[in-house]
Amino acid sequence: MINLSSTVKIALRAIRVNKMRSALTMLGIIIGVGAVITMISVGSGAKQRISEQISSMGSNLILVLSGATTQGGIRFGEGTQPTLTIGDAVAIQEECPSVQYSAPVHRTTAQVVYSNQNWSTAIIGTTPEMLYIREWELSDGRNLTPDDIRSAAKVCLLGKTVVENLFGNINPMGQVIRIKNVPFMVVGVLRPKGQSPSGDDQDDVIYIPITTAQKKIAGTHFPGSVRSIMVKARSSEDLMAAERQITELLRQRHRLGPRQENDFTVRNLTQMMEAQEQSAQVMTLLLAAIASVSLIVGGIGIMNIMLVSVTERTREIGIRMAVGAKTWDIRLQFIVEALTLSVIGGLIGILIGIGASEIISVTSGWSILISPFSVLLAFGFSVLVGVFFGFYPAYKASMLKPIEALRYE
Amino acid sequence: MPLIEVRDLCKTYTMGDVSLNALCGVSVAIERGDFISIMGPSGSGKSTFMNILGCLDTPTDGTYLLDGIDVRTLSRDDLAEVRNKKIGFVFQGFNLLPRTSAIENVELPLIYSGVKNPERRERAIEALTIVGLQDRVHHLPNQLSGGQQQRVAIARALVNNAPIILADEPTGNLDTKTSMEIMELLVRLNREAGITIILVTHDSDIAAYSRRKIKFLDGNIVDRD
Repeated sequence: MINLSSTVKIALRAIRVNKMRSALTMLGIIIGVGAVITMISVGSGAKQRISEQISSMGSNLILVLSGATTQGGIRFGEGTQPTLTIGDAVAIQEECPSVQYSAPVHRTTAQVVYSNQNWSTAIIGTTPEMLYIREWELSDGRNLTPDDIRSAAKVCLLGKTVVENLFGNINPMGQVIRIKNVPFMVVGVLRPKGQSPSGDDQDDVIYIPITTAQKKIAGTHFPGSVRSIMVKARSSEDLMAAERQITELLRQRHRLGPRQENDFTVRNLTQMMEAQEQSAQVMTLLLAAIASVSLIVGGIGIMNIMLVSVTERTREIGIRMAVGAKTWDIRLQFIVEALTLSVIGGLIGILIGIGASEIISVTSGWSILISPFSVLLAFGFSVLVGVFFGFYPAYKASMLKPIEALRYE
Repeated sequence: MPLIEVRDLCKTYTMGDVSLNALCGVSVAIERGDFISIMGPSGSGKSTFMNILGCLDTPTDGTYLLDGIDVRTLSRDDLAEVRNKKIGFVFQGFNLLPRTSAIENVELPLIYSGVKNPERRERAIEALTIVGLQDRVHHLPNQLSGGQQQRVAIARALVNNAPIILADEPTGNLDTKTSMEIMELLVRLNREAGITIILVTHDSDIAAYSRRKIKFLDGNIVDRD
């Protein structure tokens, strides 16, 4: 058998001779590989973004919402009836074995003032556990303390967005801001977290002790009541058990009889977000599958052109056989030719795929993720296509009878 | 032992119900260094005989010993090897690869026998020098005259030191003057290099260059001297 470099030279010559035809054949593979890479980039970009958001939310989260009110036949939404209390939050953490932390949440929106700046943001009254639940770290200062809660201290933690809007370049630590005219001292600044899965700015927030929120800010008619409780289960395996334990505990604490409906709702946030992540994964696979079809179509294009090439060059094959080309010499010649088409096409396709992904990311603002794996996958697939669709024409060429090939007109 | 020995060679083509005996019971022995012309009208079986001698086609019956080897026992790839090492072809239509320079055409048999550069290149230039084309090494076939193209083909037949050249109507597409030049070249190769030459022609002026002639008619040899 002849050496590979001669075979590659013969293949390159054949491709050069039919430049236009080779370019068009390659185009099929270029589009196929480019499409596969672009689709996987967009899909895995979306998936990565979702999983980043999920981890920014904190993992193994359960949200307990208080019940819905009905006033004169008008039913309000979940959380309008203050059936949950701070005591519920404490009990959930202490009595449910599958729960690691729980924190009450009292959320209002208020205008915040510092010096001559003001900003409207979410004021969340909670307990120190909140930061553990959200897996949120401080970039400066300290967390709320149990003492702050007990004494309803007028202290607060600021999110990054609030700091930027109120303070600019000034260090906020130890400064006093006014929330609804009540002065609060800044004791900590939170690390930036970015967008939540639903697209909210998670850093546009102020945390204050729950007791202070109820007494000084909210002016609620139901002292000690909260709208919702955030819970963190010990692990993802504990999520289901935690949900069950919370439901049992709260039914007991709210003295609900067996026929009465729950006056609260337990929601598994992590599960919902994981479902979202999974659908992104499915979408990626689907996009890649559709793109692969174009790669296969490109492969059929190669096979088509190789068959034409074999027919056109029957005489050449005859001459090669007459001077001593063996079965595999001929076969390799055509396989390498098909492979060269698909490999060059694949390489150009990779460049175009990466380029297209970048363009999509710039123009639409979607996050994309070009993984070496997807590039290798698309390239490997195009090589496979070359060998697979090149083999039959090559086989056909190698099985010609020398004398018939030589006489072919 | 003769270089080529053929006994009771038959070739039958079957097309549907009709079978045609292209060759029937041909026996001949050709010695090393011989220069033999095969003559006969078209359809007499001389080309079929030539193709079988060149291992391009297989006989239906009979034996063909080439250098003592029974060619009928050889596989497809073994036949390719025999063509590569022992036989050089010169065709009427030259059969050069188009868009491929003279030297690359000449190198072809060497590529398939695994000879690497620079030896391959040197041997190809040497063969082109023998046929007098040392100035046309990088010309493409369509830049060469018919006579020059046939010289390239002869150089290709020579390059792997094959002991046999099979020439099937080598002057069929050439004018008289060029035909004479080609024939003189073949005679020189026969005399000086001792290459056995088997020539198919229907022109007795061309056949006159050979040492002996055999005549085919209706698939068999009718006359030999």
